[in-house]
Formats: sequence, C-alpha cells, structure tokens
Amino acid sequence: MDLTIFIVKSIIILAVFGISLLIATYSTYVERKVAAFMQDRIGPDRAGPWGLLQPIADAGKMFFKEDFIPAQASKWLFILGPALAMLTALMSSAVIPFGDTIRFDNYEIPVQGIEINIGVLYIFGVVSLGVYGVMVGGWASNNKFSLLGAIRAASQNISYEVALGLSIIAILMMSGSLSVRAIVEQQAEAGFLGWNVFTQPLGFIIFLTCSFAECNRTPFDLPECETELVGGYHTEYSSMKLGFYLFAEYINMFVSSAFISSLYFGGYHYPFMEQISNALTNSLGSVTGHNVATAIGTVVFFGKIFFFIFFFMWVRWTVPRFRYDQLMNLGWKILIPLSVLNIIVSASGLLFNGMKYASWLIVIVATVLAVMSNSRAPKGQVSPQRS
Amino acid sequence: MKPIEIVFYVLTGITLLSAITVVTARNPIHSVLALIATFFCLSGHYILMNAQFLAAVNIIVYAGAIMVLFLFTIMFLNLRREDEESKTNLTKMAAVVVGGILMVTMLLVFRAVQLPSVSEGNFDARTGLVEQLGILLYSDYLLPFELASILLLVAMVGAVMLGKREAGDRHF
Repeated sequence: MDLTIFIVKSIIILAVFGISLLIATYSTYVERKVAAFMQDRIGPDRAGPWGLLQPIADAGKMFFKEDFIPAQASKWLFILGPALAMLTALMSSAVIPFGDTIRFDNYEIPVQGIEINIGVLYIFGVVSLGVYGVMVGGWASNNKFSLLGAIRAASQNISYEVALGLSIIAILMMSGSLSVRAIVEQQAEAGFLGWNVFTQPLGFIIFLTCSFAECNRTPFDLPECETELVGGYHTEYSSMKLGFYLFAEYINMFVSSAFISSLYFGGYHYPFMEQISNALTNSLGSVTGHNVATAIGTVVFFGKIFFFIFFFMWVRWTVPRFRYDQLMNLGWKILIPLSVLNIIVSASGLLFNGMKYASWLIVIVATVLAVMSNSRAPKGQVSPQRS
Repeated sequence: MKPIEIVFYVLTGITLLSAITVVTARNPIHSVLALIATFFCLSGHYILMNAQFLAAVNIIVYAGAIMVLFLFTIMFLNLRREDEESKTNLTKMAAVVVGGILMVTMLLVFRAVQLPSVSEGNFDARTGLVEQLGILLYSDYLLPFELASILLLVAMVGAVMLGKREAGDRHF
C-alpha cells in the first residue's frame, strides 16, 4: 500500500529531476537557435540532424578539457563552488506542481515532488542559498577579478531578492496559503480571468524583472563582463566545473519559468478545463479520464514553461544590458517602493468588498502619468551631436 | 531505535561538529561556512519539531541574508592570514571568565528547569504551521509583535541614514 505510493512518488521525483536536466540541456541548443534566428543566421547545424546533438557534443568537449585548479586556490572550496551552484539550482523544482493528480485504485497522487505547506518559502530559501555557489567559487579562485565578479553577482542577487519577495506578498494575501499548489488551485476558481497575471499585473512585472536578475540573464547579466572583470566569478574555472556554473543558469531559468507559470499563469490550468475534464471523465471513466485530463494539464503547463524560456531568450537577444549603478537604482529605488505600493493597494482592495483587481489602479495611474509626461516632452528633433 | 531518533542523532552530531568547526577553524571563511552549515542543521531540528515555517525563515534570514553579509565583509577584508593576531592576556582572561559564567548559568538553568512531559494524545500536528503561528502572533502576542516591527523599522531607518551619501561626500 504505502510501497505503491512510495514507488509512484519516486518515479515522479526522478522524472522531474530528469526533465529539468533535459530541458536545461536543450535550452543551451535552443538559445543558440533563437539567437541565430533573431540575427538571421542558421545556428548550430553540424552535430546530428538540425544540430540536435550539439548539447551532447558540448558536454563531451567540457568533460575532456583539462580540469585546472589554480596553485594558490583553496582546493576544496574551489570544488565546492560549482557543486553548490548545481545543487541549489536542482533543489527548487521539488515543490512545483507539474499537474493535477494521478488516480489509480483508490489513490490520488499529486504530480509534484513534495507537497509542503510552505512551498513558496522553500523556493525563496533555496534561491537565497544560490548566492553561495557563486561567492565560494569566486573567493576560492584566489583571483581579484573573480572575487569582484562574485561580489557583484551576490549583491545583485540579494538586492533583487527583496523585491522578488515583496512582489508576491499580494498573491499570498489573495490565496491565504504558502503552498504553491494551493495558489495554483485558487487561481482556477474564478476561471480564466482569475489568473494572477490579470489580478496582479504590477506584481507580475516586478516578479518577472527580478527573476531575470536572479538568473543573471541579460539585461542583468552583470556578473559576467569581459571588459571590466576579465570574465566573471568563473574566470579561473575550466572543464566541467565551468560547465556546471553555466548549466546551473539554464536550470534556474527553467525553474523560474515554471515558478512564474504556476504563480501567475494558473499552472496546469487552461481555459475551459472543467468542461474538457468532465467530458473526458464521462467518456473514458473516472480513472482513465481523470488521468488523461491530468496529462493534458501537464502538457499545457510545459507549454507555458517553454514560452517563458523562449521569453528569457527573446529578451536576451533584444535588450541591451544595464550599467551596474542603473541596476542597483532600478532594484532599490523603483522596484521595492513599487512592490510596497502594490501590497498596500491590493490589501486595501481586498479589505473593501474583496476587490481583487485593485492593482490595476496603479497600472492605470502609471500609464496615464507616463503618457502625460511624454506628451509634455519637447517634440523637436534630436539635435545632431556636434563634434 | 526509531528512524526519527537516528535522524535526530545524526543531525545533532553534524550540528555539534560544525559548531565546533566555527570556533576552531583557522581560516575565517571556513568558519563562516561552518556557521552556515550549523544554521542548516538547526533548520533540520526545527523540521523535526514540526516547525516548518520557522525552519524556512531561519534559512532565508540567517543562512540566506545575514551570513551572506558576513561572508561579504570577510572577503573584502581578506582575512586570509594563517597566523592569528596575537591576543593580549587580558582578552584571554576576559574570554575565560565570560565563558565560565555562561557555562555556570546554563548548568544552573538545566538543573532548575522542569521539562514539560510530552503526551502523544493531545499533540496537535498543526501547531508549528504558518496559520497557527499567525493566529497566535496577532492575538496573544500582538503588542510584542508590533514592538518588534517598530524596532526593525528603526534599525532600517538607521541603516539607510548610515548608508546615505551626504551632499559634500566623495562620489565613489
């Protein structure tokens, strides 16, 4: 009895683990293909059909390179750095609900690694530990530029964590729970328009911006900078240790896409889900029908995840990067006050008649202000620069 | 031995080991990393006591935020010298006295205290969860909670004042 649940759970956990590794592997390939598409190139196409074996070729190359440890480096911490980065990246996918429940005999097993009542806090804890991989690695290299890169990365991460945490408090107030699954279920109650992206537009924008910064993705990829830092926190790393650092970034991207989809886009829900699920249960029976409906939900969820991974890449090849002081100003002086304002407005809206859409007020006011200031701006042409 | 006891003893062993490493490590960075490991093990103990919220918050606040700043400071100061700064005899004496007093106090407290006995009958599995904690904080402990929040606010304003650049300051 318990053994069946245990086996099914282990299969789910292993599947989640394998899928996150697989998706991260192919994200590297897709990233190059997307970049090539945006720059009107072909991209990798030599290894296998359409270059599909490129990630494997890359991994092989990484493994066969010389694994170099600098002479004055702190050896164990040098090895610990990439291990920590990889560990924390892989840990966070455990609490994400990838689908509804699987039903067989009398059991209902949720398609999720572990269902805990503090899922959101768990993810924040793991994210806040992600800094250590970078800091330990950067310090252990015994290289000034690595250290500077590590400190840049760490201060960027801890700055944006604040706004990241504040932006989802409004969601927690609406759902009244810290469990990711409960948040997903709560969004589906009011149908398609009850998704948090419609009730919390401002929170969504802040969260998205902060997750870009947490993943060290362009426009916030400042920990890596050839012109200022030689490389970044991983200047001294080679072989698969470097590969782990770079790979952890892609896993983080997958996990944050999954987290965004489940917090703001209804997770495994899709419009008219109830009707489809009912039709399936009626025609195929309560067990098979339910499982097929769950499978459709999971596929939809992965569709949302892929869209956000694509979005990450789309932004990377479109938007130029920030300067470091601009990054800090954006985080501390714009995103944090805005998210506090969002909390206050959403809370007042919830207090008066449980009005969920109060956050739109800020968006409308901000848009009006932006349009007004734009219309007042001088209309003349940009004067050519004198040399 | 029940499985939970094995988990408890292993966890306690790791906790003590890493706590001792914090004190004995020569390299300050190793010391900080051992302290982070200690916080982790303490969170494990919280989970064993069914206080999941406390465990998560302990990791986020201590391991995730405060220790990062510790690590920052130590890395910037680059305290990598293997030779310890020689301490005067006065500091050593003071340390011994303070440590001794702490030990005596703890011994006396452990002798005097009566540990409440655990009854499995009226054990509520929801005790340590977020909802219960929130209800308790906003009903029985409302005043201390609000006072603590004011204290934190004052500390935050103070930190902002310290970090603020005055009009004539040098622009780094």
